[in-house]
Amino acid sequence: MEILQFPFMQRALAAGLLIAVTCSLLGVFLVLRREAMAGHGLAHVTFGGVALGLLISVAPVWSALGVAIAGSVGLLKLKERAGIHGDTAIGIVSSAGFALGIVIASMSGKFSVELFGYLFGNILAIGPGEVWVSALLAAVVLASVTLNYHDLVTITFDHEMARASGINVGRLDMLLAVLTAVTVVLAMKVVGLLLVAALLVIPAATGLIAAASFLRAMVLSGLSGGLSVLGGLVFSYYLDLPASGAIVLTATFLFLASFSLKGPTGRRP
Amino acid sequence: MSEPDVLFDIDNLSFGYGGERILEEITFRVTRGDFLAIIGPNGSGKTTLIRMMLGLGRPDSGSIRIMGESVESFRSWDLIGYVPQRATELDPLFPASVREVVAMGLLPHKRWPRFLVPSDEGVIDEALEMVDMVAYKERRIWALSGGQQQRVFIARALASKPEVLVLDEPTAGVDADAQERFYNTLETINRMRGVTLILVTHDIGVITKHVNKVACLNQRLIFHGSHQDFCDSEQAITLFGPDHHLICHRH
Ligand SMILES: Nc1ncnc2c1ncn2[C@@H]1O[C@H](COP(=O)(O)OP(=O)(O)OP(=O)(O)O)[C@@H](O)[C@H]1O
Ligand SMILES: [Mg+2]
Repeated sequence: MEILQFPFMQRALAAGLLIAVTCSLLGVFLVLRREAMAGHGLAHVTFGGVALGLLISVAPVWSALGVAIAGSVGLLKLKERAGIHGDTAIGIVSSAGFALGIVIASMSGKFSVELFGYLFGNILAIGPGEVWVSALLAAVVLASVTLNYHDLVTITFDHEMARASGINVGRLDMLLAVLTAVTVVLAMKVVGLLLVAALLVIPAATGLIAAASFLRAMVLSGLSGGLSVLGGLVFSYYLDLPASGAIVLTATFLFLASFSLKGPTGRRP
Repeated sequence: MSEPDVLFDIDNLSFGYGGERILEEITFRVTRGDFLAIIGPNGSGKTTLIRMMLGLGRPDSGSIRIMGESVESFRSWDLIGYVPQRATELDPLFPASVREVVAMGLLPHKRWPRFLVPSDEGVIDEALEMVDMVAYKERRIWALSGGQQQRVFIARALASKPEVLVLDEPTAGVDADAQERFYNTLETINRMRGVTLILVTHDIGVITKHVNKVACLNQRLIFHGSHQDFCDSEQAITLFGPDHHLICHRH
């Protein structure tokens, strides 16, 4: 294929596929834990992290990672300790993080264009170094999910039963919080902060609609995440569309297709 | 009764939410081989009590010892199977197959990272056979009836080959026929496999037909003893009325 001749396209494809599959797999857990919107909320917090990195001249991916992890763990603690609903906790943490970003951005006043790039993402501009960082982070998430697969499935299915069988639920909740933060930062590269939730939620929803077992939901979700990036990049190249929008719309199309092919099978008649 | 046969030793346990007392000065033992029914009206503290026995909550005072160890230091949770109340009301969009649900029961035995090995397949089959559900192994759990789901949850609890099985109202919403089969299964597990059963129930028929010990809870433990003593007690008369001897009569 002609589009594969360009190094920028090769990088976009490699990083995009890896990140999309990672997000999709983790997304299945988040969706089932009703934490789908945590990704969206954390993206706002991450905006604050990016602004901070630009201000203090640290590579934004690291400052974003730090702030996202802090926000994600903060969310978890808020839910556990404060006795408030998850969506309220997300509302508080995400607005605070985003407000921080606005304040920091206006303080220095000169990097709004760069910040803008993080909001909308630009996978086609990803550099060789960033590909390696993304690959490393994605590998960490994938390894963590694989090594803790059955524990994660069990706590997601039934928290109470998991605790009763001696599984350290607190440690796994913490692990998921950290992994969510990492995937948000990864997804930011591909689709931008405003569309991070799309990579976490849409392929997972596609997999969940079609699957008869959890493992198959994971596989289908990973596949549809990968396909979305592939399709999105092809469309964006040939039709001259923004990559992030094309990727998310492809994901949405796949969701609708699997929805209409399979129908809602989850509920008992 | 020798000490190793005492599985649960609950001594003077009290607990409350805020100022409100839920459980008061509960003392009883569960011994190996018991088929114990815990009965009592809604809100009498049955679920609260068994959650504490499973280490899922801490009492305000008193102590719980499991197999000779205090509940805080007890680690062999794989020896205790648990079927929580309303297990069948979990998320119906969770795409778990019957096999996957039963496999969750195998985890407590394993060390991290807890991967399944080929021989686990046999253990899963065996657990499903005990509840007569092998044929449904690849089915999606939420595509089964409530009673079938309940059997799968029992199979999950049985998969770790527990010495004790704790069931919190497992037959709520299960039809009478299926209930009868279900309790026969429990009785078999109790008699043939020697599994100790602790069953929270509102079902009087079960108490009379299948169990051998009864604990009657209403904030305090108002009765604890053998099935026969229970039938002779005033509690049975007040609970079931003057016809209680009919209910308590065993064939
Ligand atoms: N999280 C909680 N906070 C405050 N009070 C609670 C909480 N959970 C239970 N209670 C109270 O504790 C009491 C005992 O509840 P529990 O669930 O143990 O009753 P139960 O005997 O299992 O009832 P049921 O037959 O309805 O299952 C009830 O009065 C209930 O209102
Ligand atoms: Mg209860």
